[in-house]
Amino acid sequence: MLIIGEKLSIIAKRVREAMMKKDKGPIQEIAVRQWKEGSGIIDANIGPAEDGGEDMMQWMVTTIQEVVPLPVCLDTTNASAIEAGLKIHNNQWGRALINSTSNDPERFPILELAAKYNSQVIGLTVGKGGLPADAEERCAIAAEIMGRAMEYGVPLEDLYLDPLVLQIATSQDHARHVIKAIGMFQEMNDPPMKTVVGLSNISNGCPKHIRPILNKYYFLMLMNAGLTSAIADAHEMAEALNEKKLVDDVLAGEKIDDANKMTEIKKTIDVIMGNTLYAHSYLEM
Amino acid sequence: MAFTPTKETYSGKVYPVTIGTGGGEVTLGGENVLTFHSFEGSTPNRPLIAFEIQDVPPSDWPDNVQKPFEGISDDPVKWAKFCQDELKAKAIALRLIGTHPDRENRSPEDAAKTVKDLLSSINVPLIILGSNHAEKDSSVLVAVAEAAKDKNCVIGKAQEANYKTVAAAAMANNHKLIAMSELDINLSKQLNILITQMGFEKERLITDPMCSALGYGLEYTYSVMERIRLAALTQNDVTMQPPMLGDVGMYVWKVKETQAPESDMPQWGSAEERGIAWEAATATSLLIAGAELLIMRHPKAVEAVEKVIEELN
Repeated sequence: MLIIGEKLSIIAKRVREAMMKKDKGPIQEIAVRQWKEGSGIIDANIGPAEDGGEDMMQWMVTTIQEVVPLPVCLDTTNASAIEAGLKIHNNQWGRALINSTSNDPERFPILELAAKYNSQVIGLTVGKGGLPADAEERCAIAAEIMGRAMEYGVPLEDLYLDPLVLQIATSQDHARHVIKAIGMFQEMNDPPMKTVVGLSNISNGCPKHIRPILNKYYFLMLMNAGLTSAIADAHEMAEALNEKKLVDDVLAGEKIDDANKMTEIKKTIDVIMGNTLYAHSYLEM
Repeated sequence: MAFTPTKETYSGKVYPVTIGTGGGEVTLGGENVLTFHSFEGSTPNRPLIAFEIQDVPPSDWPDNVQKPFEGISDDPVKWAKFCQDELKAKAIALRLIGTHPDRENRSPEDAAKTVKDLLSSINVPLIILGSNHAEKDSSVLVAVAEAAKDKNCVIGKAQEANYKTVAAAAMANNHKLIAMSELDINLSKQLNILITQMGFEKERLITDPMCSALGYGLEYTYSVMERIRLAALTQNDVTMQPPMLGDVGMYVWKVKETQAPESDMPQWGSAEERGIAWEAATATSLLIAGAELLIMRHPKAVEAVEKVIEELN
């Protein structure tokens, strides 16, 4: 399982401030911590970055790779910022990953960049027409993206399909559609397609104390479906792996010693699979 | 071979909720099947329609729905008695719209007096609604809940912003409670959980997932109601098993189709018939979606929906 460390995001206040001030200290501290916690790639989310995106991406990539021997995931909608990042990316630590292309024609130039710079690329299974309704629609879009990748000269081994995780608090049914899509994506090629999710979006909008619970068990369920990588909190995912046996036992219908843990796992699985309706207090019911 | 219709069996049921006192009690809910699926299980109580009245004259209502109450709607007691005695209303819903700070801003004490006057002159169950101003409602609904102590009324609406106060007042004075959330099934469930966590019995709740009129988002209300009912029946989700309210009249009689006069919209036909049809169609849709309690305005629309209930029940 490849963890793409999610913490260097412009959404986080501390990161945003460091980016604005070009202060390497906090960026490098967070990058190193994620590396030590087990991240295999460091995500650099600079947002839409309409002004000065090129410069910002180059600064981020350099700042991260100065202290961490890992590739960077170039996360922005600004194609020229991505290209700027690819130009200076240190491939000695592995190839860069672009986040992302999709089935929206505006995102096709991203594939050109992936081919030109021999980088890997995430294909988000959305089109111009809005969100996919279920696993099957995600697969239909995935097929389009795969065809287009080949057309642009991007090997399918370099494409990570992303089924788009949505918030369980508002789009509960999609939690299980995404699990199903992860399974189906792999069957679309031989060797199986690589897959990735933006994991923590599942618990976006949920009370703070249940976020890690949802993130961890959802991660394990996706892993069972064959997920190959996740943009996630490496520390949290390491914790999740420690609980894998417990979750697998509960999924297999077996009893585990810790009754409270068992209830927590069972209720969370039920919410993820749509067996019970989500509410912020679902663990208390 | 004879045709045998497929039958669904459900694991859950809707709580029966009894409202009113002194021989005028009515029970709603209690079914263990989807609305009108009496061929699959038990539907012990028919859906209930309450006539909406208000504490101040309905000058904000379109003329066509003011007309049936002409000469009596200046006084809530006369209005309620007319609904009960002449229109054979099975329940009355008093909306204390006059307490809204942007309206007459009537005091909680005034509202309590209106409620007392009403309770002493009708014997059908009374539903008491605030002005939907979360802050003002938390004082008004406390006062009216006390004024109606032990009369087994329905108090509403408790919302996320005021549920603690409103639910506590309903609990202390032995009333039923409407819990309203804004067209979000997960928040609707959450509010029911929060209210029951205060010690309010779930069997005394009525869920209002928020109404919308035909052409103005009815499909959203329909979908939320349908999913609530399916969670109650197929997943045996106890937090979703209270009966549901469709607060129809208020939403229907403010849309263009019930307001526009024939002079503006000759192609739309009779304005009066149009309004009645709009209210009846909205209400019937919500019945099918699973509502057990409807609050309506026009007597002819109520009559039409009662006929549908009669035929389908």
